[in-house]
Amino acid sequence: MNFDFSDDQKFLKNEARKFLQANCPTSQVRKVLDDDGKAYDADLWKQVAAQGWLGAAIPEAHGGLGLGHLELCVIAEELGRAVAPIPFASTVYFLAEAIMLAGSDEQKAELLPKIAAGEVIGAVATSEGPGVLTPAALQASVSDGKLTGVKVPVTDGDIATVALVLAKENGKPGLFIADLTGGTVSREVVKTLDPTRDAAKLTFKDTPVRRIGAAGEGFELLEQVFDRAAVLLAFEQTGGADRCLEMAKEYALERYAFGRVIASYQAIKHKLADMYVKNELSRSNAYYGAWALNTNAPELPVAASAARIAASEAFWFASKENIQTHGGIGFTWEMDCHLYYRRSRQLSLVAGAPRVWKERLVSHLERRNVEAA
Amino acid sequence: MDFNDTPEEAAYRAQVRDWLAANAPKKREASSDPEGGDGMAASKAWQAKKAAAGYACITWPKEWGGQGGTPVQQVIFNQEEAKHPIPGNPFQIGLGMCLPTVMTFADEETKKRFVGPAIRGEEIWSQLFSEPSGGSDVAASRTKAERVDDGSGDWVINGQKVWTTGAQFSDYGIVIVRTNPDVPKHKGLTMFWLDLKDPGVEVKPIHQMSGGSGFNEVFFTNVRVKDSQRLGAEGEGWKVSLVTLMNERLAVGGASGAGWSQFMDVARKTPSHDGATALTDQALREKLADWYVQAEGLKHTRNRTMTALSRGQTPGPESSIGKIISAVQMQDLANTAIEMLDQYGIINDPDLAPLHGAFHSSVMFAPGLRIAGGTDEILRNIIAERVLGLPGDIRVDKDVPFKDMPTGR
Repeated sequence: MNFDFSDDQKFLKNEARKFLQANCPTSQVRKVLDDDGKAYDADLWKQVAAQGWLGAAIPEAHGGLGLGHLELCVIAEELGRAVAPIPFASTVYFLAEAIMLAGSDEQKAELLPKIAAGEVIGAVATSEGPGVLTPAALQASVSDGKLTGVKVPVTDGDIATVALVLAKENGKPGLFIADLTGGTVSREVVKTLDPTRDAAKLTFKDTPVRRIGAAGEGFELLEQVFDRAAVLLAFEQTGGADRCLEMAKEYALERYAFGRVIASYQAIKHKLADMYVKNELSRSNAYYGAWALNTNAPELPVAASAARIAASEAFWFASKENIQTHGGIGFTWEMDCHLYYRRSRQLSLVAGAPRVWKERLVSHLERRNVEAA
Repeated sequence: MDFNDTPEEAAYRAQVRDWLAANAPKKREASSDPEGGDGMAASKAWQAKKAAAGYACITWPKEWGGQGGTPVQQVIFNQEEAKHPIPGNPFQIGLGMCLPTVMTFADEETKKRFVGPAIRGEEIWSQLFSEPSGGSDVAASRTKAERVDDGSGDWVINGQKVWTTGAQFSDYGIVIVRTNPDVPKHKGLTMFWLDLKDPGVEVKPIHQMSGGSGFNEVFFTNVRVKDSQRLGAEGEGWKVSLVTLMNERLAVGGASGAGWSQFMDVARKTPSHDGATALTDQALREKLADWYVQAEGLKHTRNRTMTALSRGQTPGPESSIGKIISAVQMQDLANTAIEMLDQYGIINDPDLAPLHGAFHSSVMFAPGLRIAGGTDEILRNIIAERVLGLPGDIRVDKDVPFKDMPTGR
């Protein structure tokens, strides 16, 4: 049994933590939070590119480090801990993963080196309005290689240069790569719960696009991309949840009420113990997801769903109970608690809400259960 | 990252598999309940076979009948053994907790007398800690031992223990008793081993709310023990008990009983609104997802623990979360299952209820599982204090002589 990261991977994680402590303290995150004109931390983005993290899982032949997904997982966990205000997930977990999974040789050769170098910012554009997106309800459409439609919200849509877009072609869903730098796309920033990760409404009007993957199979391909992203997001969420538990613990050990530290009251101890339990369930499910992602196992859809559900629950719980542990001060803008509370919402919704993943998970289990019977 | 054995582990697993294939029972005894006559005979026979081959207590030193093996080897054996229709194991508490305590604190003569018969399954041991006055607070034990005033150095034990697993078929036990009520509670305790067949020992099965009787009350009336039966120094019983509890076996199994997969089977056949089956009910589907994610989380947490063992490390605190999750899930899942049956759910007749009433049994047993071996609340205290390093609660009884402590029910 070797169900853990290797020493090299742990070393990388430790280095990533040190790097982010130095270059992405929460004071830096707040510069994006407090400045409406600042969509992301461009300096940090350049530094992260220089570290090679954007191409950690991209093959060397395409300008990446050619490490693997386990290395990407440990980096993701540290980015989540640091609530890093950069378009890492959009670019690496969604766009790069989609290209590596289904891109043509030409698409790979063109885009992967640019992603690894930090020259491309990605976005994934699927949502068109409130509620769960189904293939039947999809409005955006492509004909003669040109896309018309509206996508909202698109995380990092205001700064991205390339988007992965779900749209109909000949009445069936396809997945397309759109260059956002031309004049046929209009972008409108939308306000979101987490201003450290911007989002936009994108309006396409005869925008030239290239299909990725087979015609008519865009929805299935998107699910595969989301499975891969879900594992990586689960590591970000686990990292964020762990940091919330640490913050709550540090505060509870310093804060006195009724003559003793509040960490000595069972009401607080049990709250923190519950955070710990949820965080461990999240971590263990994320590890299994990492294994499935790294080995491209047939279990990936189920493992990714479980990882996403556990991580969304853990980060939500830890981020909200961290505020409660702090009491009044935790409700202020000055305390960092709300950075994590906001990010937990962003990460839980960006690739589909937990209830959508629960339904996907049970559908998979149902099929497996029937086959076994 | 993978789930493979190391080459050494794989070789050990192969050796264990071969041995089990040649020696394990081919079918389960009609009564696998070790309390039943045939069941106990089968359990003892299997234990003797394992002991003869060195598989009874793999991590124990060879001189005491073990293999001097590693915890991983024990886990591998447990995993492989579980694939065979083996009888129940009434030796777990004795070999996992009592005998390690005896081996740590008793004299050579005592060890030579007891270790062999215990490992071969010829004699069964019980652990007598909990009392009516103290379940979570074992150090509040009131059962007392007093020196006999005849120069023999012997002690006389009077009092009562409770929730003693297996006492009705046990031969010996280790018991924690109060030897000095004039000092604070932790300082006045002493540990002894004793013969449970002594005429002064009375074992009464407890009738549980679930209907069964897996535990007992044990009453002591003038039970005389020799000073040589003392384990550890007089007044050091609390420290000795910590050694006992440290030796609890590695928990490698999850909570038993019907789980998400059985729930799904039943939901598929149960009508719901509008003639659809319960499996299409969105609320139930979300619950199924949550149970699955918890069960998987625990399974992979055990894999992480196993990995630490495999690397020769001490497992981290992650292994402490198991029962907090599994016992509550057992209760919630089983109750959701019987509510899914609507009015019919009240019926627990095994001939009429789904899965022969397995969900109903779980509903009735789950409250006990949430208490046994550390209540939900005590386990949270343990995580908070030993894992997260939060301070202990204020102990109002810490410096009070035991005899002056307030007592309620």
